Amino acid sequence: METKKQELPKNWTLENLEDGRLVLNMGPSHPAMHGIVRVLLTVQGERVVDSDVEIGYLHRGFEKTCENVTYNQCVPYTDRLNYVSPFINNVGFALTVEKLMGIETPARCQYIRVIMSELSRLTDHLTCLGANAMELGGFTVYFYLINAREALYRLTDSAAGGRVTPAYTRVGGLSRDLPPDFKKNTAEVLKTVRRNLADADALLTRNRIFYDRLRGTGHISKEDAVALSFTGPVLRSTGVPLDARKATPYLVYDRFDFDIPVGSEGDNYDRYLVRMEEMRQSMRIVEQALAQLPEGPVNHPDYGVILPPKEEVYGNIEALMAHFKLTFEGVKPPKGEVYQAVEGGNGEVGFYLVSDGSGNPWRLRVRPPCFPLTGGLSQMIKGAYIADIVSTFGQVNMIGGELER
Amino acid sequence: MNSYLLGTFRAKFPDATLETHAFRGDETVTIKKEALALAAAWLRDDLGFDFLMDLTAVDYLPREPRFELVCHLYSSKHNYRLRLKCPVGAEDPQVDSLTGVWSGANWFEREVYDMFGLKFRGHPDLRRILMYDGFEGYPLRKDYPLKKRQPRIAHRD
Repeated sequence: METKKQELPKNWTLENLEDGRLVLNMGPSHPAMHGIVRVLLTVQGERVVDSDVEIGYLHRGFEKTCENVTYNQCVPYTDRLNYVSPFINNVGFALTVEKLMGIETPARCQYIRVIMSELSRLTDHLTCLGANAMELGGFTVYFYLINAREALYRLTDSAAGGRVTPAYTRVGGLSRDLPPDFKKNTAEVLKTVRRNLADADALLTRNRIFYDRLRGTGHISKEDAVALSFTGPVLRSTGVPLDARKATPYLVYDRFDFDIPVGSEGDNYDRYLVRMEEMRQSMRIVEQALAQLPEGPVNHPDYGVILPPKEEVYGNIEALMAHFKLTFEGVKPPKGEVYQAVEGGNGEVGFYLVSDGSGNPWRLRVRPPCFPLTGGLSQMIKGAYIADIVSTFGQVNMIGGELER
Repeated sequence: MNSYLLGTFRAKFPDATLETHAFRGDETVTIKKEALALAAAWLRDDLGFDFLMDLTAVDYLPREPRFELVCHLYSSKHNYRLRLKCPVGAEDPQVDSLTGVWSGANWFEREVYDMFGLKFRGHPDLRRILMYDGFEGYPLRKDYPLKKRQPRIAHRD
């Protein structure tokens, strides 16, 4: 840090420092700040000398709220963490509670969770790249990619009943099974996604302007990225092949054939390429999972874990009692603590759960992948042009809901 | 249950280790808070735990020591995870900062300070991160009521 802290202004106006540097506010209301993040820049001409990233405008007290509701009532809140890939959060939360309880869901449920996670990863990357291209002037690409995202949203909506807030998982299963024509629809949607991706690829990858704006900007070294706890595409762009799906496989990810793309330069262009390739790999996983998708129940057989079907509740006293207990008291995992990591769109989404044996979590901590990424933003934009902040911030893919919970 | 890693840790820090256990495949070490920074540096340099995946705290009111600082470490070399915990008492809620070991600890520690009021000795820039200046209390403490109102803060220009 070159600038001393007392040099940073307390107010929101421009301030000229004595040696010709200028203090400039970027955000919190700025079209390229993806919601609300304030970056306080100290600039020398067009160059960023120092910066301070200020967050917290979207803090909703997710963790405090979850301490006061039952486990299954937490699920809709997890939708609102990373709202462009909600299924991954649903799945991560359900897996954490199931790990604490020591139960495993049926194979069909695990396959469906994988399919939904990968479709979510697609929507996440599509949003990130579309918004990034739009901010750099490629408005056409935005429509191609958002068109693909919309097709995916409709598909996941048909299964979960919600475009952005599906709340699809339950502890021990899913809220419902896939609709009957899901396989056929997925094949069609993936065709649309592939076509739109090919369009975006043709417009962006070898585009002189796009290349110049991304290549070499937002650079971070492998060592710094590891020390700063980076994960996901930003870490992989530096050449570290860390992906929770391969490193510590959960669900049935070890049954699929897919690759982890890595970059070599650690700059924005590599992040773009990594995301493009990851989307193709996600589609590979979805297709393999749909081909292997087994028949059978989607919910855990124990009614102490998951709500029994309605016919059982109305016709059977045990099921009625289980329904009552689950609705009023909730699932009761044993005393203990677990940490479960899943690979989200931006990196490792970790859930740390402490239970005291009651129906509410004692503590539920989410490790949001873009929290360390945004924490490292200052380092990535130091010495760069002001205009490069837009491309770097876009590739960091800060999602306010997840960052500030 | 005692794995090779937990055994090695105990052998290295016999006095500072309070407890080790493995539950549902998560290996956990609890150490005294005086040894936290030392143990963290040893884990990173000698055992290859290069990632500080998460750093957070838990409030166990009314237990004493009340707080627990929880670090989740990951080694990309060995593909191994470890949870490192240390109890922190309410009368002296101070721990050594881990920013010297992992620079990524900076924001994590700011969040713990913001939410629990634990202070980190040697942190370069310890101030609130999600809450604003002038916020009273620490929201994730168990004695912070869910619907507590905050006082109005003066207009800043």
